[in-house]
Amino acid sequence: MSNIPKHLKYTKTHEWVDVQKDGTVTMGITDHAQDLLGDVVFIDVPQAGRTLKAGEACAVVESVKAASDIYSPIAGDVIEANPALTGQPELVNKDAYGKAWMLRLKPSNPAELNNLLDAKSYETFIASETH
Amino acid sequence: MGRQTPLYQEHLALHAKIVDFAGWDMPIHYGSQVEEHHQVRRDAGMFDVSHMTIVDLHGAQVRAFLQYLIANNVDKLKQNQALYTCMLNAQGGVIDDLIVYFMDEQWFRIVVNAATREKDMAWINTQAAAYNITVTERPELAMIAVQGPNARERVYGVLAGVNDALREQAAQLKPFYAAHAGDIFIGRTGYTGEDGFEILLPGKDAAAMWRALLGQGVKPIGLGARDTLRLEAGMNLYGTDMDETISPLECGLEWTVAWEPAARNFIGRDALEKQKAQGVTRKLVGLVLEDKGVLRNHQKVIVEGVGADAGSGEITSGSFAPTLGLAIALARVPTATGARVAVDIRGTLHPARVVKPPFVRNGKSLI
Repeated sequence: MSNIPKHLKYTKTHEWVDVQKDGTVTMGITDHAQDLLGDVVFIDVPQAGRTLKAGEACAVVESVKAASDIYSPIAGDVIEANPALTGQPELVNKDAYGKAWMLRLKPSNPAELNNLLDAKSYETFIASETH
Repeated sequence: MGRQTPLYQEHLALHAKIVDFAGWDMPIHYGSQVEEHHQVRRDAGMFDVSHMTIVDLHGAQVRAFLQYLIANNVDKLKQNQALYTCMLNAQGGVIDDLIVYFMDEQWFRIVVNAATREKDMAWINTQAAAYNITVTERPELAMIAVQGPNARERVYGVLAGVNDALREQAAQLKPFYAAHAGDIFIGRTGYTGEDGFEILLPGKDAAAMWRALLGQGVKPIGLGARDTLRLEAGMNLYGTDMDETISPLECGLEWTVAWEPAARNFIGRDALEKQKAQGVTRKLVGLVLEDKGVLRNHQKVIVEGVGADAGSGEITSGSFAPTLGLAIALARVPTATGARVAVDIRGTLHPARVVKPPFVRNGKSLI
């Protein structure tokens, strides 16, 4: 059973989003996603300053099995990419919602956050995908 | 649901992730493919490879048959010795790669791939018609590969007091030799680049053997790690690194072709001689990625300075190499390829070094 924290928002492409008090957002990939990928061995993240569109492929996670695109949940500017992931890509398998955060974004249109799934909807979604 | 080996319930009990492999429900990993890979390089792991096809060839003409059927020469073998070889079609393409064990003058045992079982059996039976031999598949046998620096000790531990005759024989086995006692057959062979045994035994006894090995500290290893282990060991995978359109000369396996004696007429010989005389245009090499990233099957390899039309190749097996901590591959490239190439990874070119496989042997990096 996947770990799906209640306080986060989710996408159908298995990213999680944590809205901070200052209006920025932190994102990464879900526990369900890391489980599907298997051991993560390399992560290619965008540089700070890059402007992303909602749904744009913005990072690549390579596991022993395959390469998978990561999609930006919302439009915004990259404030910071997690520097720890370059040397320790396995953090994604160990702590998907914590140490393995991928990007901090400044949303260009905060209203887009309302389009994301809550934990319950995401749980229903992955159940429908796997059966 | 696919076919299941006698160890299927053991895999479920160990929380394996099960995937389809050539129609079989097989464990891809039991949690972490990378940890399993390290377990084999550093200690001992075991693989259920019962899906592989075991075939016994019996009869007065079995040696003559194999001299004709396969590209390597069974005359190289002493009794109980094993040989790696390709089985070719008339065009010199690889129908399959296999291991042949010379047990006695009337009995050779071969192990072929699961994914090629039907075509292999059809081919072997067709070719066998002209010889006085019997071809018997052994689907009732299970096969457990125990691999790693401590693998043999762990197997001795299992056999001690249970089958001391076989334990004694196994302890004497040199690499690529096999022994059998009662229902159990043990070969000092494998597909990981580590020492170890492959154990063939009746399916009904397989779960007990598996549990006894677990009791000795041998960990279960899935097909995922089997693939990264064999890639690091520079071993070809059939259907990926070679197939019926590729000759052994084009996939790094010329060493398995026994040209001598020249009078031995094996299937594909004429085609291989012609290819060699005309010059082989492609070869299989090892690649080590010098950038961050992961090499994958079918990525394009750009080779500078060998002529415009010949200037590209393709990765046949690429992956992250857990022992080395970087990306490696086997790639088919033009014969004139030098020391460096570039690999197209999702539209950008990344430099890679050309090396001679294996990349890892007995736990040590060779690159």
